[in-house]
Amino acid sequence: MGLVDKGRLPAPLTKLFNMSRSYSLWVYQWGLACCAIEMGAAFGSPRYDVMRLGVIPLPASPRQADFVCVSGTVTDKMAPAVKRLWEQMPEPKYAISMGSCANCGGPYWDSYSVTKGVDQILPVDIYVPGCPPRPEALLEGIVLLQQRIKNEDMAAKWRGDEFTTLQRTRAVEAGEVDRDGELIAETHSISEDPTPDARPEPIVVGGGPIE
Amino acid sequence: MSLTDRQQLSYIASQAADARLNVELETEGMTLNIGPQHPATHGTLRIICRLDGEQVIWAEPSAGYMHRGYEKLTEVRTFPQVTTLVNRIDWLGSFANEVPFILAAEKLMEIEAPPRAQVIRTILFELSRIANVSLFLGDLGVQMGAVTPVFLAFRDREYVLNLIEGATGGRFHPNFDRIGGLKDDLPKGWIDETRQVVKKLMQFCDTIEDLLFGNEIFQSRMRGIGVIPADIAKDYGLSGPNLRASGVDWDLRRDQDLPLAWDKVDWKVWTHPDGDSWARCWIRLQETREACKIVEQLLDQIPAGPVMTKVPRIIKVPAGEAWVSTENPLGEMGYYVVSKGDLGPFRVKIRSASFNNISIVPWVLKGVYVPDVITILASLYFILGDIDR
Repeated sequence: MGLVDKGRLPAPLTKLFNMSRSYSLWVYQWGLACCAIEMGAAFGSPRYDVMRLGVIPLPASPRQADFVCVSGTVTDKMAPAVKRLWEQMPEPKYAISMGSCANCGGPYWDSYSVTKGVDQILPVDIYVPGCPPRPEALLEGIVLLQQRIKNEDMAAKWRGDEFTTLQRTRAVEAGEVDRDGELIAETHSISEDPTPDARPEPIVVGGGPIE
Repeated sequence: MSLTDRQQLSYIASQAADARLNVELETEGMTLNIGPQHPATHGTLRIICRLDGEQVIWAEPSAGYMHRGYEKLTEVRTFPQVTTLVNRIDWLGSFANEVPFILAAEKLMEIEAPPRAQVIRTILFELSRIANVSLFLGDLGVQMGAVTPVFLAFRDREYVLNLIEGATGGRFHPNFDRIGGLKDDLPKGWIDETRQVVKKLMQFCDTIEDLLFGNEIFQSRMRGIGVIPADIAKDYGLSGPNLRASGVDWDLRRDQDLPLAWDKVDWKVWTHPDGDSWARCWIRLQETREACKIVEQLLDQIPAGPVMTKVPRIIKVPAGEAWVSTENPLGEMGYYVVSKGDLGPFRVKIRSASFNNISIVPWVLKGVYVPDVITILASLYFILGDIDR
């Protein structure tokens, strides 16, 4: 797509693409530990049924996936495999870190063999706290990810910018901030943007800081 | 060693594999990695198979991808904190993990939970067994390409999880057991609800039996595959349903005298003479039914009284050593607790069932065909947290 990498995608087309992308997400699941069962309940059980959100679980390979749900403890022995699978996924790709272990180590915060947070090895978009989180919490995380995708500037994502929201792009075009996110003019602050989708990164389900 | 016909056939196949390995060494083999991240494995077990054509001639499980260092972490936690950790060893039947540790601590403190707490413990123990094994029964179909059973399993498992959540507050990891009793009493209406759920679970067992165990494809994939004779099973330290499927009548719930309520009810320990994959799955199906029966009977026998005995607010366990093991959903699970009189244990050795259960993988996979590897691993039924701890 030449329009995307040159950054000249028209706004209506962006909306259309984002809408289509957010409702046909193929999720590659990394069932690592306890959270895998709750993820299985969210993806495979008739009560939670993730497909009504437009998310298709269980692709055969990471090469067919749009986002990944890292559910469970990432150990130091498993981390290289996780990173390798992440690198096999095609862009644009997103990551949901599910459960306290994948967020920050969780109950194993002082263990010698656990990687304290999967964000050390791959960029995480949504953190779902809980040990394990309920399936509803994972579904909310997926909905938040869909909001983020709908509100994304595909060209900025293509360039690998740190901030990829459409508001940021508009602010850059208006000359209010530069590409690194530094405010040029004091007149407009991104955090005071009235639209609800202008969330600061990263998103935590239920709010609160990730520490 | 007396063998049935199926066992003999399997033995001949493994001998043929041995002969091929020894005689035709010049054939080019292939090494197949199953795992660590593979949709057909439960979690992150990696199995390295060397293949000759379609046949496995050598297999080795590579554990440690889920090693979280429980035994070391228990040394820096206090006794009440340890239950939070050990919940997560076998994450499908979480409550069952707490009970042997708490019993070991109670043994050291020389106290015993009140009778009401003992019965409620047993009920929750069996409910977590149902939660564990029902998912196994659903997952079994997925391993063979049948997707319907897993939907049924998740649907009916949800009822059990709701019960556990209603009683303990934790849907998955209850952390409900305390030294000297339980955290809380049962909520109002819980007993009636449990009766209904148990009936639903019995129906679920019947459905699975019709749908899966009565299926011809399922039978031909399972019967006579992965035969483990009784003496081999004992040598490798198998326990639980895997051992009973080989014809060994051994159940710690019946054979041990623990302060729990299994001796107050009428139930049966099922064994199967065959020792193949079919037998292991069938035993688990029957165990779910027996667990339902145990819960159903115990609901009528909950005595009145407190659920917590008198313990100090800050628990210091006297110096000493204690070993308690129970029959968990996956097999024998035990804790060897060494205390030096501090707030936390000095050392805890955890014996979990799956680690021993997968130690037989090199023996049982020798000579089988690649599609059977998946069914044998499914029928052995391990949980990665239980292997690597």
